[in-house]
Amino acid sequence: MDYKALKLKASSSPHIRSNEDVRSIMLDVIIAMVPALVAAIYFFGFRALTVTVVSVAACVFFEWLYRKVMHKPQSIGDLSAVVTGMLLAFTCPVSIPYWMIVIGDAFAIIIVKQLYGGLGKNFMNPALGARAFLFSWAGTMGTWVASGTNVGVGPVSDAAVDAITAATPLSFLHQGLMPDGTTLLQCFMGQIGGSMGEVSALMLIIGGIYLCWRKVITLHIPLAFILTVAVVTFAFPQGGQDNFTWMLYNVLSGGVMLGAIFMATDYASSPVTHKGQIIFGIGCGLITVFIRYFGTYSEGVCFAILVMNCTVWLIDRYIKPARFGFVKADKSEKKEAAAK
Amino acid sequence: MAKAFFGGVHPNPMKDATCGKAIEKLEAPDEVVIPMSLHIGAPCKPIVAVGDTVKLGQKIGEATGFVSAPIHASVSGTVVAVEPRPHFNGTDCMSVVIKNDHQDTVSEDVKPVENPDELTGEQLAEIVKNAGIVGCGGATFPTHVKISGGLGKVDTVIINAAECEPYITSDHRIMLEMPEQVIGGAKLLAKAFGVTVHIGIEDNKPDAAEILRQEIAKEGVSNIVVDVEHTRYPQGAEKQLIQAITGRQVPGGKLPADVGCAVFNVDTTCAIYRAVTTGMPLIRRIVTVSGSGTIEPKNLEVRVGTPLKCVFDACGGVKENTYKILMGGPMMGNAQYNLDAPVGKATNALLAFCGNEEKTVEHPECIRCGKCVGVCPMHLQPLMMNLYASKDRLDELEALHVMDCIECGSCSYICPGRVHLVHNFRTAKQKINNKRAAEKAAAEAAAKAEAK
Repeated sequence: MDYKALKLKASSSPHIRSNEDVRSIMLDVIIAMVPALVAAIYFFGFRALTVTVVSVAACVFFEWLYRKVMHKPQSIGDLSAVVTGMLLAFTCPVSIPYWMIVIGDAFAIIIVKQLYGGLGKNFMNPALGARAFLFSWAGTMGTWVASGTNVGVGPVSDAAVDAITAATPLSFLHQGLMPDGTTLLQCFMGQIGGSMGEVSALMLIIGGIYLCWRKVITLHIPLAFILTVAVVTFAFPQGGQDNFTWMLYNVLSGGVMLGAIFMATDYASSPVTHKGQIIFGIGCGLITVFIRYFGTYSEGVCFAILVMNCTVWLIDRYIKPARFGFVKADKSEKKEAAAK
Repeated sequence: MAKAFFGGVHPNPMKDATCGKAIEKLEAPDEVVIPMSLHIGAPCKPIVAVGDTVKLGQKIGEATGFVSAPIHASVSGTVVAVEPRPHFNGTDCMSVVIKNDHQDTVSEDVKPVENPDELTGEQLAEIVKNAGIVGCGGATFPTHVKISGGLGKVDTVIINAAECEPYITSDHRIMLEMPEQVIGGAKLLAKAFGVTVHIGIEDNKPDAAEILRQEIAKEGVSNIVVDVEHTRYPQGAEKQLIQAITGRQVPGGKLPADVGCAVFNVDTTCAIYRAVTTGMPLIRRIVTVSGSGTIEPKNLEVRVGTPLKCVFDACGGVKENTYKILMGGPMMGNAQYNLDAPVGKATNALLAFCGNEEKTVEHPECIRCGKCVGVCPMHLQPLMMNLYASKDRLDELEALHVMDCIECGSCSYICPGRVHLVHNFRTAKQKINNKRAAEKAAAEAAAKAEAK
């Protein structure tokens, strides 16, 4: 056999790679968000789907446009823009005008993500960055239609929205009151007012379990985040009833589940070590509760994660894995020194 | 009691193609090319000349330093050339080319040790040195240095039978087919060091573990233990196997002997046994030939110096669309571009790939997922190191302990962005070594100038 005819590559090892790539990870995240999307459509009507589709299309378009204009290799195939589009839609009220979410998408993709170098280089979660930016329209972004009301897929006027708004459990919690007229089960299932993707804790947890099973995320950040919110609200209850109910309302309402499972676990804007991730999650939980207790806005998850995003480089710089071979040695040396 | 090492990955084992196939003897080729560098350390000096007749097992290359091992003829015949020839490390290396007379006339120097049961550690080290035995797992560190350097320091001898690299089944077959050599070698090591020998084996080879246990029972020895470990790459990396079996960590820049351990590959152990009982030096290696591009995967017993193409020929050749040929496993093996290069002392596998094993992408990109940090068995932060390596920031790299990297490939394997992490670390380590050498030279020059 003539082996000289073979076109052989002589590259560095390893010569095999895992099947998982960026696209498959993003696809898993998209799959994990489907249950929450279904819940959103169920509770808020077909508009939940159209807003999400518009947001996804806009994100992919802006990503394509930026890469095209800047003569960079196309990256829409990695599906990360789809994830950003879905996440931003999930954090908005279903009544958001389409033009507004498109502005948010442009901000997320171009300003937060691409200007910093694209996927993996953004220091802040693009969807949450855009959501914070959209608070420029605080009235629209803070108007929650009641669960089960259908605002239709066409343009909606502020007046029409105002007519069907309802107080969310969070607005009660923010005033230090137990949510009136909302049961814990309703919170868990998602039959409450709020951002379209955040309402159903159950569906978000199903998505989270899928992500953990697929090893896309680990439990460190979500658990640290949720447990911190739980512990702090349990320790400092309000609302005049028992600690436990107060804690459950806090954990199950607002954006805690969506934030802990899908936002805070964003690779680019979270620490890389498990220890760092736990610190990050605890920070998110603490700031969330602080904002809920003392802030002007009723919800703190978005800002909590954004603040913690800014600390990631610090955490990564100082929280390192213990150097191999130097942990035990130190201990035994100390023992020896003590023996002397 | 199994203790886990840090991190690690679970690549598809791919061992089914060859694990059930008995070792076949590959007939020695008409011409063998034996490089004078088949080990880590100083290359050997050829001690035969063109026209000389050599016998099987005769020494043809003399070790030139302490960390070095002599080289022997793997066939009998006539020396037809002593010149640089392609080496499997990619360079041209001074080699002795022997035309095989197919007689296998054994050299007079090859004779068994008279009193194998009364060997001291020093005597065993001497025999091992003369037999040119090096670490057959891949690192090719001269084994006599490990023995003589470990005497008195070592309290645990480990036999590395993990074979954690995908595809490779040569050590597995060795254990199944020659357990008496494995246990015989283990007994010699146990005697020489006066300690217990642990055989570390992954739990995907229960048949081999069972056969070794039977052999131990048959021999009635109490100081050889089979330790079954969970299957996880890189279980067979020296530092990781030590951690898994003893819980000890070998610090960066130190040797296993510094934590009281000595690790020998299964085939190395067999080579020690053969050197003592028959006097035959290390002139062959069991090679697994496999991979998607190999027509007929096999386990072969191959003479050192056999050109790679002869080995593939014995397996029906390779497919036409083969794009990569590897010596060693897919995680740490070396890609070959010239199949005239010969089989070495630690060539445990030859793999041909024609499928989508590499999964290269045009634009590798770090997405900061941190998976590389999770899988690094040395507790490093590959993604950070890669950032600094891309900017040649050598001081920061040293502060992140890039020199601790064992180049196991776990980070590159797991990376969803397909970043060439290990490649970049290798380059960076070379630069740091060059820098250190330059600094040392400058310091010596300054000291000399001062002395004047």
